[in-house]
Amino acid sequence: MKSSVIVFPGSNCDRDIAVALEKMQFKNQMVWHKETKLPKSDLIVVPGGFSYGDYLRSGAIAGKSLIINEVIKAANEGCLILGICNGFQILTETGLLKGVLLRNKNLRFINKDVNLKVSCNNSKFTNKYKKDQILKINIAHNEGNFFTNKDHLKELNDEDLIAFKYCNENGEVDTESNPNGSIENIAGIFNSKKNILGMMPHPERMIDELISNKDGINLFSSLQN
Amino acid sequence: MKFSVTVTLKKDVLDPQGKVVKNTLQNLGMSNLKTIRQGKYFEIELDETDLSHAKKKVDDMCKKLLANLIIEDYKVNKIE
Repeated sequence: MKSSVIVFPGSNCDRDIAVALEKMQFKNQMVWHKETKLPKSDLIVVPGGFSYGDYLRSGAIAGKSLIINEVIKAANEGCLILGICNGFQILTETGLLKGVLLRNKNLRFINKDVNLKVSCNNSKFTNKYKKDQILKINIAHNEGNFFTNKDHLKELNDEDLIAFKYCNENGEVDTESNPNGSIENIAGIFNSKKNILGMMPHPERMIDELISNKDGINLFSSLQN
Repeated sequence: MKFSVTVTLKKDVLDPQGKVVKNTLQNLGMSNLKTIRQGKYFEIELDETDLSHAKKKVDDMCKKLLANLIIEDYKVNKIE
């Protein structure tokens, strides 16, 4: 599979995701945000970081960058798009994913490993996970408090578009295990066609026992599946 | 022509920063405080002579970039 990672000024997880993709046998290319053409890709990753220093709103400036028009075009043609952390924020700013990421409820930058529940394994991104499987994945963000309107929330639930939820070690989705105030503990969502996944946690950081665990690996092997 | 734009979170959206600012002011002894909403302020100078045209342009800027209409409201004022 061919993948492209979009790089903005201020992206800082672009190398990590490239390492993960290469480890998982993707043929990866880095694409600078000023490019106006995308290489042929099966997967486009919008990586984490602080694109444009989070000026205006996190993801707002990157969401209007030159390359983003191409990403939107590719997304509408069915290309798989993965937005992680700041990438998720960027995808909501472009409108490719509905909803918005607000400031964490406790007003703090949170960097820790959290428990996640796989809410939906019926997708190109999550098919190698078991439904309700509990993962331990790192989060590192200041604006991860997902919020959306009632209609969209209903659509997310009715159409099985919630990919991951924050939970405790036993898989219970409760207020105590919600790190950032996200509505219904949502950590990651799909668009209605399920070719776009936006998530706050960092699966690319969980691909090697030496530095963390391997709970993120199956996301990449799902894509290869 | 110069305009000011104020962007604030919508009424129903939790504004934790505004809340903390309010609490801190109360701690400083400022009484009778009802609410505080924190926002962003922009001054935009345009090379335009037609007021309605200029206003439309600023409005467009707000919608396309300055405000995220899902969570934010904006107000435009002509200041020069």
